[in-house]
Formats: sequence, structure tokens, C-alpha cells
Amino acid sequence: MKAHVYVTMKRTVLDPQGQTIQSALKKMQYKGIEDVRQGKYFLITLEASMDAAAARAEIERMAENVLTNPVIEEFTYRLEE
Amino acid sequence: MKFGVLVFPGSNCDRDTYNVIAELAHQPVTFLWHDSENLENCDAIVVPGGFAYGDYLRTGAIARFSPVMQSVQKFAADGGLVLGICNGFQILCESGLLPGALMRNQGLKYICKQVHLRTETTHTPFTQRLTKGQVVKIPIGHMEGNYFCDEATLAALEGEDRIAFRYATSAGEITTEANPNGSIGNIAGVLNEGRNVLGMMPHPDRSSEALLGSSDGLAIFESMVTALAAR
Repeated sequence: MKAHVYVTMKRTVLDPQGQTIQSALKKMQYKGIEDVRQGKYFLITLEASMDAAAARAEIERMAENVLTNPVIEEFTYRLEE
Repeated sequence: MKFGVLVFPGSNCDRDTYNVIAELAHQPVTFLWHDSENLENCDAIVVPGGFAYGDYLRTGAIARFSPVMQSVQKFAADGGLVLGICNGFQILCESGLLPGALMRNQGLKYICKQVHLRTETTHTPFTQRLTKGQVVKIPIGHMEGNYFCDEATLAALEGEDRIAFRYATSAGEITTEANPNGSIGNIAGVLNEGRNVLGMMPHPDRSSEALLGSSDGLAIFESMVTALAAR
């Protein structure tokens, strides 16, 4: 099983990198952009013996404790069989 | 008064800090390697600047889990003096010893220059030899120095007199222009609730002798010596 974990700045926190990317894309005349937030992506391969419930619990624990700084960041993830 | 300077793989201000403590503050000092939990009976701990563990993941994120930091957590909880400079400040925030976080500079550039700081409180073991409102010249050198905390935390820091330094003009005015990195409230350094832990982005270790352009930073080390002598 694989876990795809996405970490971005919280909505309430300014993301200057996202803003810079957004203004660059607009300058290049890409259309329809409302907002750009950038972040980090982790692909975590889990042992085959792990069931989905255990995987969820473990991924959430590592995302909360290590992969994000909860003061400024939030995460989403999905599991893939 | 024995000082301990932590050394992580990637620390690069450990020797500057050691030199200031030994040669200018005239105190016994030892290096403490990240891999050991032994703080060697030090009376004060300095977490120096640099790029601990290459700043992988986030600045300070990996250093926080090192054996030496487990001991620093206990040392701080028992009231021991801990000073975090630059990357050291980032490590202390990641460790939860100080509130808030250091984000990428607002301008997204690494900044290395002399800045002016206004001393916001002298009721600390780190600033007692300064005077309230005193402007000091201390350089910064960082990419992630943009201090952020939520509104409740900011209110607590202000209400409890826990902001040590703010970026200011040479006349001591707190202005947007004087804020090099976008830090909330121009904050350059904060204290923990117990006032025994200080984190600051500017480098007193690089401004403790006139030859380097300013000796204002020495007062911070001397304040610590005075505080320890009174214990």
C-alpha cells in the first residue's frame, strides 16, 4: 500500500511562494487562476501486511508529529492499494 | 558558570559562539554533540546557528528529535537557561520550547545584513544588562526568519512581556521598512513562559566585538553570566 501525503500552508497563513508562482503564471497569461498554494508531497510505501485502518492511524500520527509543523501547516492524504 | 554549545551535523556558528563565551565573556564552555544525552553539568545551553541536519524537511524539524534535545527539554523544564540563535531559534520553536514558527522570509530571499533591534523587556536573564527601549545593532543571516504565531499566542506574548526584541530603525521606531523578513509585529526574539528560554534570529555571536562591526551582542552573554551568578 502507498500513502500520498500533501502538506500545504494553512489557509490562515500567508504563502509568499504560492503568491509569487501565481503572479508569474498570470504574467505568462495562463487563464482562469484564482489562487495558488504550494507545498510538499510525500510518497510513503507501507509494508504489505498493514491493513487500511492501521495505515490511516500511522500516517495521521506521522503527519501530525513530523511531516507538518501544525503552527503553520496542514495536510491531506490518500491511500492507494 | 559552565556553558554548553550544541553541535549538530550542519551547525556552523558553534565555534563563533564558543569563542565569544570563552574569550569575551570569559566563561568555561564545552561543545555538546547532538548524539549524546549528557549535558555535562552545564549551567546554560546555547543552540547555535547553522543548518542542523541540512534543514531537511523544515528548519529544525529533524534536530528536534536528536538525543541532546531530549535532555535540553528536561533542562529547560527545570528552569535551565537556554539561548537559541537563528537556526537554534528555529529548533526551539519546532521543539515546542518556544511558541510560533519561523517561515520563509516574505521576500523569499536569504538576507545577511546588520539590523537594529529595540529591546522590549529587560526582565529576563538574557537582557537584564540592557535597558528597556535600548537599540542594539546585531546582524541577521537567514532564509527562514519570518516569525509567525496565531493571534491568541501574540496576545499572550504581548500581555506577558515575552517579546525580547523587535526589528526597529536606528532611532528605535518599529516600522514596516525596518522589518527585514515579514515577522509578525516585527518580532525578532521571544521568551518562553518561564522566561528561561530565549530564541532570536539575529546573531549576538557575530556582534560581540567591535572588529566585527558591533559589540552590542555581548550584553546578552554577559546578562546570562550575571543571572547565573545570582542563582
